[in-house]
Amino acid sequence: MKLDSKIPAGPLADKWNNHKAKMRLVNPANRRKYHIIVVGSGLAGSAAAASFAEMGYEVSCFCYQDSPRRAHSIAAQGGINAAKNYQNDGDSVRRLFLDTIKGGDYRAREANVYRLAQVSTSIIDQCVAQGVPFAREYGGLLANRSFGGAQVSRTFYARGQTGQQLLLGAYSALSRQIGAGTVKMYTRHEMLDLVLVEGQAKGIVTRDLVTGEIKAWASDVVVLCTGGYGNVFYLSTNAQGCNVTATFRAHRRGAGFANPCYSQIHPTCIPVHGEDQSKLTLMSESLRNDGRVWVPKNSADCTKPASEIPEEARDYFLERKYPSYGNLAPRDIASRAAKEVCDEGRGVGQVVDGKRLGVYLDFSAAIKRLGESAIRERYGNLFDMYENITGENAYRQPMRIFPAVHYTMGGLWVDYNLQSNIPGLFVGGEANFSDHGANRLGASALMQGLADGYFVLPYTVTDYLAGVGLSGRPSVDRPEFKAVVKEVEERTHWFLNNKGTRSARSYHKELGKIVWEKCGMTRDKAGLEGAIRDLQALRDDFWKNIKVVGAGNQLAPELERAGRVADFLDFGIMMCLDALTREESCGGHFRTEYQDAGEAKRNDEAFAHAAVWKFMGEGKLPERHTEPLTYEEVQFTTRSYK
Amino acid sequence: MSDSSCCKNCQPASIGKKIIMALSGLVLAGFVFGHMIGNLTVFKGAAAINEYAEWLHANPGLLWVARSVLIVSVIAHIWSGVLLTIENRIARAGGPAVEVTRRASLSSRTMPYSGVIILAFIIFHLLHFTFRKIALGGQEFGPDVYKMIIAGFSQPAVAIFYIASMILLCLHLSHGISSVFQTLGLRNERWRGRLDVLAIIYGWVIALGFISIPLAVLLGQLK
Amino acid sequence: MVKPSEQSSHDSERTLALRLRVWRQLRGGDGHFEEYSLAAVPVSASFLEMMDMLNEQLIREGKDTIAFDHDCREGICGMCSMTINGMPHGPIPGVTTCQLHMRNFRDGETITVEPWRARAFPVLKDLAVNRSAFDKVIQAGGFITVRTGSATEANNTLIPKPIADEAMDAAECIGCGACVASCKNGSAMLFVGAKINHLNILPQGQPERERRTLAMVKTMDDAGFGNCTNYGECQAHCPKGITLDVIAKLNRDYLRARVKEFFSSTGKARKGGE
Ligand SMILES: Cc1cc2nc3c(=O)[nH]c(=O)nc-3n(C[C@H](O)[C@H](O)[C@H](O)COP(=O)(O)OP(=O)(O)OC[C@H]3O[C@@H](n4cnc5c(N)ncnc54)[C@H](O)[C@@H]3O)c2cc1C
Ligand code: HEM
Ligand code: HEM
Ligand code: SF4
Ligand code: F3S
Ligand code: FES
Repeated sequence: MKLDSKIPAGPLADKWNNHKAKMRLVNPANRRKYHIIVVGSGLAGSAAAASFAEMGYEVSCFCYQDSPRRAHSIAAQGGINAAKNYQNDGDSVRRLFLDTIKGGDYRAREANVYRLAQVSTSIIDQCVAQGVPFAREYGGLLANRSFGGAQVSRTFYARGQTGQQLLLGAYSALSRQIGAGTVKMYTRHEMLDLVLVEGQAKGIVTRDLVTGEIKAWASDVVVLCTGGYGNVFYLSTNAQGCNVTATFRAHRRGAGFANPCYSQIHPTCIPVHGEDQSKLTLMSESLRNDGRVWVPKNSADCTKPASEIPEEARDYFLERKYPSYGNLAPRDIASRAAKEVCDEGRGVGQVVDGKRLGVYLDFSAAIKRLGESAIRERYGNLFDMYENITGENAYRQPMRIFPAVHYTMGGLWVDYNLQSNIPGLFVGGEANFSDHGANRLGASALMQGLADGYFVLPYTVTDYLAGVGLSGRPSVDRPEFKAVVKEVEERTHWFLNNKGTRSARSYHKELGKIVWEKCGMTRDKAGLEGAIRDLQALRDDFWKNIKVVGAGNQLAPELERAGRVADFLDFGIMMCLDALTREESCGGHFRTEYQDAGEAKRNDEAFAHAAVWKFMGEGKLPERHTEPLTYEEVQFTTRSYK
Repeated sequence: MSDSSCCKNCQPASIGKKIIMALSGLVLAGFVFGHMIGNLTVFKGAAAINEYAEWLHANPGLLWVARSVLIVSVIAHIWSGVLLTIENRIARAGGPAVEVTRRASLSSRTMPYSGVIILAFIIFHLLHFTFRKIALGGQEFGPDVYKMIIAGFSQPAVAIFYIASMILLCLHLSHGISSVFQTLGLRNERWRGRLDVLAIIYGWVIALGFISIPLAVLLGQLK
Repeated sequence: MVKPSEQSSHDSERTLALRLRVWRQLRGGDGHFEEYSLAAVPVSASFLEMMDMLNEQLIREGKDTIAFDHDCREGICGMCSMTINGMPHGPIPGVTTCQLHMRNFRDGETITVEPWRARAFPVLKDLAVNRSAFDKVIQAGGFITVRTGSATEANNTLIPKPIADEAMDAAECIGCGACVASCKNGSAMLFVGAKINHLNILPQGQPERERRTLAMVKTMDDAGFGNCTNYGECQAHCPKGITLDVIAKLNRDYLRARVKEFFSSTGKARKGGE
């Protein structure tokens, strides 16, 4: 597999501008003759589709929800970073770049990250012009806050709904183009495969979720912005429909999948309450600014109400282990610490299959210090949400929180132009292996999604189109399309007719348990090897005993779920394999064998590279390739939050 | 609306109809107030109200201006009211099997009904007192409006019908008046509560003002 | 709105037995209610998790599952849409179907579950309806025209905090459609008013103000929504607390746009950015 990162020459700070200047253009009169398929209408997809259409291309955009406005970007709460330095606290493009590289534990691609920091400022301008109601100061200027333990205030936010407001901004730009007829929007359409013609991505095959029609679409270029694969864990903060199908199908067609084992665990989620739970709800990290995290010192106290546990019997473990950062320790560190104390049997809350998985997030001190009204002022909506879900009043008793999968740094491998190793297949947003390395900084994914969609893809895709010329688009009558349509139809037919016994959800749950246990917050050789065996067995059982009810010509949620779980099963195996073969700890990937005193121990000699997996055929293990990460300007240092 | 799109194009938009509703409603609401005040002179004795009636008819020019404004308002009001009601029935598509009301007031939900009955009342009322064709036992009163009123309301059935209609008018106004402000964009969360109260008061003032007359006749206070 | 904390500490143990009357309908066909009974529903489960349990039960029985819309399950995507015992999004004000929890129901209770009912929201299957009419309204004018990269420095437009906050209040609408489902006229005024308010009060939104208002109202009417007669049910069922103010302001802006149009020499509302 050829992995040329195509990083432009020249000093880091000038790479992007020089590259932009060199890229080819398409004559305006010719643009409408090119057809661009964008799969996904999240921040990355909507922004890209709208921008392409404004430039004059013919665009088709697909999403599985009933409206582009519902993409999971909508759920982002905290905020979006940008190196505006409005607060005059010494922020700069270079500082944002360095923080992101360090946050990613030196497993991100330097040039991409620098570009991300550079365009971050234009994103805010763009969104404000669209009418995104960011928080303001009384003087009318934009407000900022510091987020995820950053030393500068560079995070822009709209109450607790930043993602919603940014997505509605991008959605309005997209809607304007749909109204103008320059974008054809296909909602409730799920991409089920990618079509290659002579080695180039030239179209997709979709299923209309309402009518069940399976259809091929031809284009000059395909852009995937289909989000992350966090749902492989079954329980995550992702939406129910989030899937790996789009990217994994592309992977099966030859696209390299990079760093699947990098997933981010968010420390402040509402704990699991029972077997029938379908998702985990995130609560903004900002809670850690005023909440103190603790568990009882001895497990005997775990059944008692918090109020009956005296101060000296409480273990404020984050403050104890990380005095300088305390309760604001980075996500991966805070999450692991919580897991450790629960594994020691000191967790609190309900028992879910044999364990108490929860730690206290206690506001009593803050309430004493600032008064309840001040806390209500700051977190009122979060406290309400918590009470609504758990039935507990967090003003009276401490919240219970536990980490949950929240973001996936891995994704399809792309070069500097966001093009995968399949020519004509571009990937943006969370779907690519992105700029976050082994761990993402808070408020950086929204930034990356919009950067890709508004400010990178429009240039790089144009350059590609200029290269392929006008004769590029094949007809859907070509055998390549017919063959893929046939495959998809057969697969669908098989699901609907298999005389199985088990529901897709039951397989998904079992898959989730395995990867969460063995490939979650901490991993080790034996566990991962066992997980791979178990998953292979589960996969074989799935293809015998899966039971799918419903009709092919109606909404068929079970059919959709079965297809997604099938891909998650194969993907889960690849994820564990990646975790197994990365014999180091870095960022969110923590191998217990590689640590000094609980701190992740990187191995920069052997593993300063992106691991890129090549599909080797049905049921076979994928093959590991690497893209070395060479740093021209930053030196490796060890993260220390002690 | 696909099937009625033809007439959709030659009629004002939803909000347009609402504004017509509001303005015409306002005129009508204003009229009933004036009319009530005028009628209350009946308590000052026969002379007073007969003078008032005379004064009304003194200059036909003005009278007809007023009448035409009224007629236009009633027509506009009914026309848009009927359109709104029909379109809304269609748009609701039957509604849920279990119907729950959290907030909509009784008066708001009965606007079309109270309205139609008021219309029926107005027709009856015009035949009764303006054209003097019915419910007066064929007597002639000439300029003696006072006598006519007494005669009119001495028949309990008529009086009761008047009273009942006034109560429906009250119902109609107690949503309508507050609704006017909303429709014209002159209402907000701070003021909505107060305007709702104002509307209810207005409705009752009008109703009680009018009712006092047939009631007084029934109870033999007015002879 | 939620049960006191004491109770919830036993949440994990408490369960309910329920009877469900659920609307079943195939695309193009007529619908009907079907009755199901479901045992041992934990009170800590969400309403949709209860529906998942019911569907798993149906799968075991080899029956087709109940189709319903849902995605984020945290009250922000606006996809979930069920009328529960006659109330869009169920009995708890300010809460979406996906955020509704079973501790708000009684043991042995019969729960009636229906789709959004409105002419502009045709049923696709069972509880899932087609809300694309909302998207069409936005496509008609629910945007501020700005080409990618054409924006000026963000802090060049100063926006007083109160204005920004007011815009944000309106912008919180999640496009779920409960306002239409609860309105006895099937009117979309709360949804449209929310978007109009968000964009029409911001300085960036002024150039297209009249055009936007007229175009969105026209599209709303053509989509077959009803006319507002100020019932106020929509506000009472809106999970995001959008208030009738947005409808009053929409009415005002519409009147304003019509008047301006009337007096403009072309007889057309200003076209704005396009
Ligand atoms: C609860 C939560 C909170 C977060 N908070 C923050 C935050 O505060 N700050 C921050 O920076 N980041 C945050 N993130 C991360 C960030 O929101 C996401 O990484 C980002 O929004 C991803 O955007 P996207 O456009 O790449 O994908 P998405 O927004 O997920 O969009 C995916 C799109 O692809 C479509 N799609 C997917 N599969 C298919 C298919 N097979 N066929 C057709 N269409 C398909 C979907 O319909 C959807 O339109 C948060 C994430 C979560 C889950
Ligand atoms: C003649 C038959 C009548 C009919 C069919 C009728 C019907 C209606 C209807 C359907 C509404 C709309 C409700 C709403 O939008 O809130 C309405 C509003 C109103 N009506 Fe009537 N009505 C009638 C007579 C009257 C009369 C006689 C008066 C005054 C005395 C009146 C005063 C009002 C007012 C003030 C409103 C509020 C307008 C608004 O909604 O903004 N109506 N009527
Ligand atoms: C007890 C209550 C009422 C009494 C005693 C009363 C009395 C009268 C009288 C005496 C006239 C004739 C005036 C004249 O021609 O010299 C009249 C006319 C009229 N009344 Fe009433 N009225 C009452 C209630 C109402 C109400 C509630 C309405 C409207 C909803 C109404 C609408 C009219 C109209 C439209 C006319 C015709 C005015 C004209 O000549 O143009 N009346 N009324
Ligand atoms: S206004 Fe409220 S009810 Fe209507 S769509 Fe928006 S959020 Fe839903
Ligand atoms: S309920 Fe309907 S009538 Fe108007 S106020 Fe709300 S839209
Ligand atoms: S599922 Fe997203 S709001 Fe309910």
